[in-house]
Amino acid sequence: MLPESLILGAILFVIGTFGVLVRRNAIIIFLCIEIQLNAVNLTFVALSRYLGIEGQLFVFFVMTVAAAEAAVGLAIIISIFRHYKSVNVDNFNLLKW
Amino acid sequence: MADVLFYVLAAMVVGGASGVVLQRSPVGSLLFMVGTLASVAGIFVLLEAHFLAAVQVIVYAGAIMVLFLFVIMLLNLGHDYQADMKRGFGAFFAFGTTGLMAGLLARQLGGAGENPIYQYFPGPDGMDRILAEEGVIGAVARPLFTEYVVAFELVGILLLVALVGAVALARGRG
Repeated sequence: MLPESLILGAILFVIGTFGVLVRRNAIIIFLCIEIQLNAVNLTFVALSRYLGIEGQLFVFFVMTVAAAEAAVGLAIIISIFRHYKSVNVDNFNLLKW
Repeated sequence: MADVLFYVLAAMVVGGASGVVLQRSPVGSLLFMVGTLASVAGIFVLLEAHFLAAVQVIVYAGAIMVLFLFVIMLLNLGHDYQADMKRGFGAFFAFGTTGLMAGLLARQLGGAGENPIYQYFPGPDGMDRILAEEGVIGAVARPLFTEYVVAFELVGILLLVALVGAVALARGRG
């Protein structure tokens, strides 16, 4: 089942990347980043079945980092929404030159 | 049996992820995401990572998705159905980049099963032996609290810092 799992992880990662690039809503972009993290988790688990238990540990760490990232990122989105009354990333051109 | 189940779950994962990207309402996207995460948990079970499947359902599909839903409701985004996809050059760039990435990954993973590196490792039988000896939780917990205990503690500190940062950011002035 290893090649199928790796290919599924790759498909999931590509879908997540497409979502990050094509959507405008900042919360959906965050969701798509979570899809990418899940794709990598799936790859880790599939490989850990063959190469040892460490892959599952790294999935554990990826999940905690994803939780921290979601908390801080959503707080930033709330903070931005208070200023601009929008979560559309096209409106945030403060750092554009 | 396991193969059939794998393909059913894989179809649910791909369909759910496509739904997240293509759905116009944020709440709909979120519900598709919950389905995707649950299906990924099912695939974890098929790959003999039972503990991670439980964590996936409890932490990801439970806690993190509720946090997202809470923020969507707090910002009152459930009703805006305006066009959200990029068009023109942005869409062209996205298609080009993801197409290139898909091509490279397909080329790399095409013969993944026959890669000679796997013959030097124990394979699924080794995993079955570890699981039979230590149990599902013990197999993950023993290295986590011995070799990787420093990383484990650092992750705890990271979560604390993220909690404080999120409160400080979302609280605003006064």
